[in-house]
Amino acid sequence: MYQILEYAGMVVTTIGVIFLFLGGLGVLRMPDVYTRMQAGTKATTLGAVGAIVGVGMMHPEWFFKTSIIALFILLSNPISSHALARGSYKIGIKVWQKKKIDAYEDALKKVKKEEEAV
Amino acid sequence: MSRILFSFIVFFLFWVALTSSLDPQELGVGALVSLIIAFLAGKEITEDGMKNFSFRRIQYTIRYLFVFFWEMIKANLDVAMRIIQPVIPINPGIVEVPTKLKSNVAKLALANSITLTPGTLTVDIIDDKLYIHWIDVKSENPEENFKEISSVFEKYIKEIFE
Amino acid sequence: MIYAFFGVAIAGLILAAIRFAIGPTVPDRLVALDTMTTITTAFLVLLGFFFERYIYIDVALIYGVLGFVGVLTMARYFEGGL
Repeated sequence: MYQILEYAGMVVTTIGVIFLFLGGLGVLRMPDVYTRMQAGTKATTLGAVGAIVGVGMMHPEWFFKTSIIALFILLSNPISSHALARGSYKIGIKVWQKKKIDAYEDALKKVKKEEEAV
Repeated sequence: MSRILFSFIVFFLFWVALTSSLDPQELGVGALVSLIIAFLAGKEITEDGMKNFSFRRIQYTIRYLFVFFWEMIKANLDVAMRIIQPVIPINPGIVEVPTKLKSNVAKLALANSITLTPGTLTVDIIDDKLYIHWIDVKSENPEENFKEISSVFEKYIKEIFE
Repeated sequence: MIYAFFGVAIAGLILAAIRFAIGPTVPDRLVALDTMTTITTAFLVLLGFFFERYIYIDVALIYGVLGFVGVLTMARYFEGGL
């Protein structure tokens, strides 16, 4: 039983570490801030959760604490990337696009107009 | 009162998981500290109190976790496939998606879920519209986007938080 | 096996660090920093497993929390809300 858990942990950690690497690669290769954020957030979140839970499975006494770290990463990573995305939009970094699709720009203009009207 | 009780239980579970021991001294200090924090901050942390522990909510939460992890693994494989190709196949843009959820916690959960799933990243929420950076835009119609992006999660989140 | 984990994780860290160095804009660097924080958190847990030291888990937890707060603060600063 213990052996099975250890091997399962090893597999999960391997998958996690590979996704950590892909996250780094994505951050390097993508063309603009937002797409980099996509790669950086998604791949590293699953990667870190995989690696951390995998270690927890290989070392069962640590399981609770490692799952708390994993839970924290799962909750905090989307929030920080969302805040970063909004912040970089507000300081005027444009979205890299082949064809212009930007619903957010219009919405921001509308909000600004309403604020000025008040 | 039920809000304080709920936050006390959550804090205490966190304490037990963090210390990872069942020594009576640790449990005593943990209970004391969580009680103090629950009295100070319990009202801010949750809106529904003990209703969060109702059978229906727990059942939907577990089902939602399975759906969520499955979507997340699909998302990561999708992003990974894009990253390793020599020319990255993307067509990004920001689209608008309506939501029917009312409470703030539910909107937060929806935004977080969307961020962690295939090719989408929540940029902002204005009233009841989510603005989502989509790595491969398929349509610009908000209703179609709703079906494509968030309808999977929305029905579970509605059951859990509202 | 554990050395292979270290190697792959460090390779990811270095790739993100290159992006952090070349940049071109500040948000680019911050995204790279955020990625590096997450990778480092996982890496610390792996180190703790390698050295059999429980304390690394605590360090990883605090590092994750502080990295999150740091990135969030910078993002708020961009918006002009700080």
